[in-house]
Amino acid sequence: MSTSSNTSSRDAILGRIRKSLGRGAGEAAPVSVTERLSSPKANPVVPKRAQLAHPKQVELFEEMAKSVNATVAMVVSDNDIPREVARFLADHNLPARIKTSPDSAVSGLPWSDTALEVSTGIAGPEDAVSVTPSFGGVAETGSLMLRSGAGTPYTLNMLPDTHIVVLKASDIVGTYEEVWARLREKEGHGNMPRTFLWVTGPSRTGDIEQTIQLGAHGPRRLHIVLVDDTKENK
Amino acid sequence: MNVSTSPKFKENVHGALRDESLQRALGRLKSGFQEKRSAAAAKMPEFEALRDQARDIKNHTLENLDHYLLKFEENVKANGGHVHWCADAAEAREVVAKICRDKNAKSVLKGKSMISEEIGLNDFLEKQDLKVVETDLGEYIIQLRHEPPSHIIAPAIHVHKEQVADSFRETHTGRDPNRSLVEPRELLDEAREVMREHFFAADIGITGANFLIAETGTSVIVTNEGNGDLTQTLSRVHIAIASLEKVVPTLEDASSILRVLARSATGQEMSSYTTFSTGPKRDGDLDGPEEYHVILLDNGRSNMLGTEFQDMLRCIRCAACMNHCPVYGAVGGHAYGWVYPGPMGSVLSPSLIGVDEAGHLPNASTFCGKCEEVCPMRIPLPKMMRHWREREFEKHLSPSSFRYGIKTWAFFASKPKLYRAVTGIASKVLGKMSGGKGKIAKLPLAGGWTDMRDLPAPEGKTFKELWAEKQKQQGGSK
Repeated sequence: MSTSSNTSSRDAILGRIRKSLGRGAGEAAPVSVTERLSSPKANPVVPKRAQLAHPKQVELFEEMAKSVNATVAMVVSDNDIPREVARFLADHNLPARIKTSPDSAVSGLPWSDTALEVSTGIAGPEDAVSVTPSFGGVAETGSLMLRSGAGTPYTLNMLPDTHIVVLKASDIVGTYEEVWARLREKEGHGNMPRTFLWVTGPSRTGDIEQTIQLGAHGPRRLHIVLVDDTKENK
Repeated sequence: MNVSTSPKFKENVHGALRDESLQRALGRLKSGFQEKRSAAAAKMPEFEALRDQARDIKNHTLENLDHYLLKFEENVKANGGHVHWCADAAEAREVVAKICRDKNAKSVLKGKSMISEEIGLNDFLEKQDLKVVETDLGEYIIQLRHEPPSHIIAPAIHVHKEQVADSFRETHTGRDPNRSLVEPRELLDEAREVMREHFFAADIGITGANFLIAETGTSVIVTNEGNGDLTQTLSRVHIAIASLEKVVPTLEDASSILRVLARSATGQEMSSYTTFSTGPKRDGDLDGPEEYHVILLDNGRSNMLGTEFQDMLRCIRCAACMNHCPVYGAVGGHAYGWVYPGPMGSVLSPSLIGVDEAGHLPNASTFCGKCEEVCPMRIPLPKMMRHWREREFEKHLSPSSFRYGIKTWAFFASKPKLYRAVTGIASKVLGKMSGGKGKIAKLPLAGGWTDMRDLPAPEGKTFKELWAEKQKQQGGSK
């Protein structure tokens, strides 16, 4: 067993790195490092695929999400979300009981328009269906951007068999870089939630003879309810 | 550190080549990985430029590794987490065990982590009476079989579904013994059910990290199953284990490299889950771990900086090199004898456990160059294997017959007239030995070749003789 304490290992490791790189202790970081950290920028090569007008980005998002086994339904207003959720669950013979995030963006929807049994909070073993909001979507790969927080417990993204995500079309951007810019704008630079999750399709595994199976340990089904709010905004 | 069988590489290879079950499993590499990678690369017009960019980001980071690690540490602490710098495997194991003891933990859940394999963490924790459960399906299967992984992203690639069913029947007692466990789906469903019970009972959740982000003090895992997320969210304590070269400067830099990672690994455009974790749960959060620790492991890496092996520290563990390697494809991962197989292992293992231990591995290459061709980080793997061969030769680790042979050849090769005379005689003798059949079945001192296959016999004249004749025929046209 090593006898070195944590502090001396820290010094020893940093010392070896500096020696290998040929510089002394206490040397200040060069501008190329400090600027990169203080004002992060997109790197020069960003795929052109998603550099499109916004309506085309929404189309690309839908196409890419479907290509990784998510399902997508478009509704025209928030008030239509509960009916779409009820329809999806009925069509797939799934339980008419949902757990939503506490965030009013989903808990505050007119669920009483449906016969669904609705509760709010973290996910437990008994929760088969969750409904959560999203921070955004990335058209490039059809990825959902989900953040943890008081109104958006993380377990809802992973434990239930069926995960239903509400995404506003206006929150769809082309690339990951645009998401980071938005997050910094909202939270301040350097402020990350405990967890920021990119979801690209439902859970899957190829660990048994390389045959792809959906629903390994996370959700078996990922359904995206896309709210077309872009016209209202104008 | 994990015990290696790398010195017995040659014996391992013989066993692997005769293992029919393994050979059947390795046959799936082409459709499983190679074709998918090439399709994903073809769909991304900027793929080659993205590879250049990923290489440059990592090179910049390595040149400033001390600065970025210090910034990473500062930001983990600012978000309420802890960073543990560990010089070697023993220290890392002890730090993890101490966290477990301090929390009075009984059970430890694991997400997939190659660093955990590198430091031999599971055995160490089990000796301290902790119950350790691997949650990634592939890792779970090999844990039940008491085997090391044979591939860095598909640890159970050598196992057939019938063998998985056997392990499940043996371990998951109390279930209907007549249940069907034939289809992969049935096996997966049972594993999912069993794992759920473990998830809700866990004290400590350990994951690896694909990236550490200096700008924010974040660790990132790239997964498909969702087990890593449940491991780190449902446990009271999340420990991320990472080697120090995993750090990148910013969220944008991680995103840029992520664009080449999954495409090179599984041929996916992006993995199902890419999870950025920063600190423990925040005030007001309803779930998430109460504590967040990062184990920052050196274990030989700082000594690779500034040497001809620095480029290896760009590796993002996508496994493209082994998926495309004819040697890996013939012998599988276990033959390499330590944690990292394939071309990346042949370069990295001698750095981490020494050339005395792993010196055979850099010789396990046909130098076809496919590994470098597909490496998203453009690591010159064949060149570095050659560096190791040179060091092995310098350290007199190559067998004496090989050294004697090379020296004898060098003696003749530096004396052209003598060389021509001797090779001319030798080719005639060998031609006679074949008895006109064009091949030799047995040749003294060349058993390594002729035991397995015939040696083609030289026929007619030597190359130099033919060349001279040809020149003559052309009548000195030059």
